[in-house]
Amino acid sequence: MSATDGSVTHRCDVVVVGGGVMGCTTALFLARGGMRVALVERDALCRGASGVNAGTLTLHMTRAALIPYALPAIDMWLDAERWLGASVGARSAPGLCLAFTEAERELLRHRAQVRVEYGAPIELLDRDAALRVEPGLHADLLEAALCPSDGFASAYLTGRAYFSALKAADVEIFERTPATRLDWSDGHYHVHGPGDRSPALRIDAKRLVLAGGVWLEPLCAMLDISIPVKTLVNQLIVTERVAPIMRSVLSIANGLLSMKQFGNGSVLIGGGWQGVGDRLQGPVEIIPQNLIGNLRLAQHVIPALAKAGIARVWMGLESETADGMPMIGPLPGQRDAWVIGCVHSGYTSGPYMGKLLAQTMLGETTELPLFDPARLVSAPAQSPRQRRLQ
Amino acid sequence: MSEFDVIVIGGGPAGSHAALSTASAGLRVALFDEHDGDFGPTDPAGVRDVLADDLVSGTVTRFMSHRVWGVTGAYRIDAVGPEGAVHCTARALIVATGSTVRIVPFEGWTLPGVISLETAATEIRSQGSLQGRSTLVAGCGPWLAAAAAETIEHGGRVSAIVDLADGAEWSRALRATAGHQNLRAQSLRWRRAIRRSGTPWLDRCHVIHAERAGEGLRATLARCDAAGRALDASPTTVSADCIVVGHGSIPATEITGLLHARHRYSREAGGWIAVADELGRTSRALLYVAGDVTGTTGTDAAATQGALVGLACALDLDAAAAAPLRGRIDAARRSVRRCVGVRSAMAALMAPWSARVDGIAAGTIICRCEAVSRAELDAACDAGARDMNQLKAWTRCGMGSCQGRFCGDIAGELLMRRTGAPSREMVGRFTPRMPLRPVTLDALTGSFGYDDIPIPAAAPL
Repeated sequence: MSATDGSVTHRCDVVVVGGGVMGCTTALFLARGGMRVALVERDALCRGASGVNAGTLTLHMTRAALIPYALPAIDMWLDAERWLGASVGARSAPGLCLAFTEAERELLRHRAQVRVEYGAPIELLDRDAALRVEPGLHADLLEAALCPSDGFASAYLTGRAYFSALKAADVEIFERTPATRLDWSDGHYHVHGPGDRSPALRIDAKRLVLAGGVWLEPLCAMLDISIPVKTLVNQLIVTERVAPIMRSVLSIANGLLSMKQFGNGSVLIGGGWQGVGDRLQGPVEIIPQNLIGNLRLAQHVIPALAKAGIARVWMGLESETADGMPMIGPLPGQRDAWVIGCVHSGYTSGPYMGKLLAQTMLGETTELPLFDPARLVSAPAQSPRQRRLQ
Repeated sequence: MSEFDVIVIGGGPAGSHAALSTASAGLRVALFDEHDGDFGPTDPAGVRDVLADDLVSGTVTRFMSHRVWGVTGAYRIDAVGPEGAVHCTARALIVATGSTVRIVPFEGWTLPGVISLETAATEIRSQGSLQGRSTLVAGCGPWLAAAAAETIEHGGRVSAIVDLADGAEWSRALRATAGHQNLRAQSLRWRRAIRRSGTPWLDRCHVIHAERAGEGLRATLARCDAAGRALDASPTTVSADCIVVGHGSIPATEITGLLHARHRYSREAGGWIAVADELGRTSRALLYVAGDVTGTTGTDAAATQGALVGLACALDLDAAAAAPLRGRIDAARRSVRRCVGVRSAMAALMAPWSARVDGIAAGTIICRCEAVSRAELDAACDAGARDMNQLKAWTRCGMGSCQGRFCGDIAGELLMRRTGAPSREMVGRFTPRMPLRPVTLDALTGSFGYDDIPIPAAAPL
């Protein structure tokens, strides 16, 4: 199917741009719903935020309004072998959110209460009760909130799991293929890219899904839609293997620490401390003061961490909209084009969000509403194309 | 925090000479090395002491026994030394981190008693001998002769030298040392020691298997052709208490990688190297490379190159007296050019390693830290993994504490060959990560109270 310009053209029902958890899950359920799906990803599947995040599955760090989405999503992760065909190492663990100062205690209580109102099964524990759940905690602890339905996964396993599942569902995967141009003619979207070790690529599809994480802003701009997307550069740290020193998934009241110990003994420390980087360059470098700050917080919470060796420090780019809430739904002013992304703690809710969008696109009824992107359009451009569609 | 004009990382011949030459131009220079002042396994006698004296008496601020774990784009260096954590900044950075010994894995290479040429050199230097009574030296490259000769000179017995190269290649290498007095004398001394001891030197031969035998080890050897392909001749076995292995060296480019300098893969250089001009300038402003980190050079060449790069750095930093500096740079450049022939001769001795990669058995461990076998890497390739970081995520290869320094080169070669990629560049390399050297949490956190932690503003509810 070679076009006259030397590029290779693929035709399908829907093309998904962006191969993270959001795009992969959407693609998977669309394919299982009977559509012919192509997926293009600038790197490898789930090698951005979806593969390098902390794998924390906790309601303590989920935006309160997203808790109804995170609850079924955590169940999906725990049950990944059934619907995805492979595990991402997800397991249940009690989620403890901690307060060490009076101010943190106040924050903890307030936040726990709001999250309970959104359906999180969170209860407050005094110091001794918290130490019974997690004996390795620092004795200065004042109070904790417990969420028994939490857990964690090994995010680096996500790419391989989705790759196999999508292959099995006959999704055409184009990795290392950044979308360089999007346009629309004759009732089809055209996604152009350089192709991986191959001639330039063009994918033609009736429907389009943009799922590019931090790249959503330039992707939307290719369709003359202006939606600002902020890039966060989150720092993560993993230790070498140590003897068992914790069994819960830990966070602190202000949400700036996540920590858990995997079965192999390594401890993963996150929390959204920032490094240097941006969309174009990717993660650039660690800020040593932030690394030390994050480590001190972790070591304060679990003092036995002091002697652990640091195996590796890295960063992942997280996308955020102007109001901090997701954008999932039809792209304003477009026909059959959708966007999904910018979900806070997106790994946790990702599989449910993708499934929800796929169900909507397939015309099925859904249990929960989407997050209309129209609210985020900053300067509704009146391009010739949009006028044509109206 | 201390501020310098130049920080040099790596105190081998290249780094020491770079530090001395920049300091001689009147600049404030700091030199970091993780060792206590030794100059690495390839240091010819005498050079070490002279250098050490110069460094001590000179104006270079030395941070010996300091492990550099972090480097940032503003040239802030974070290290852990005997007195705890230190950090300092500089206007320019010279990376002289040398190389890592490559081991092409064979069945049993992870057994206790099988050690790298680098470890062997350290043991000989610190303890005067190697573990056990007899040693088998195997692999390829000039340091096979060094390890064997030094073992013999320290009273040890070498069961055999098992070499992928042959005598003709060694003769060519020896001819290339003409005009390089130190190197030539050293090479002849090694050859003499080996000949006098009657040590068998097995050309075109390699270890395919090692196993425990009593208190020692037994190695199974096989012949191969000039391209390193195994021949079907019946294998022989050799017993030894210790097997020393090395298949050339891999430039240690973690720091230039971390700083996003442009890199390319070079077979002659032994791996990925930072793209640099003759004066060691990389694609990143005021970031320089010198010595084995630029590819195989050897001691003399590394020292000469280090001096040249130090001068170039001084010139770029507008040190006083630019005119005499230019004159010294021209002279140093001529010395460096004289070493080119040696460099390619040494590279030729190391080259046969890559042909052995196809022969690695399926069950052989490639990533020692995470115990990942060749079969697991092959399965990931066959399932669709196409680049190094994808392979790492799919298999855990390179996720251990060595950060893939030891397995990354072989894994890259396997991935390229298995997937039919046209070049190593196509499959990429493991993204280098901090910490550059193993470090414990408390070495970085120091003593602190909860109030000392600069906790950012609370995340939104």
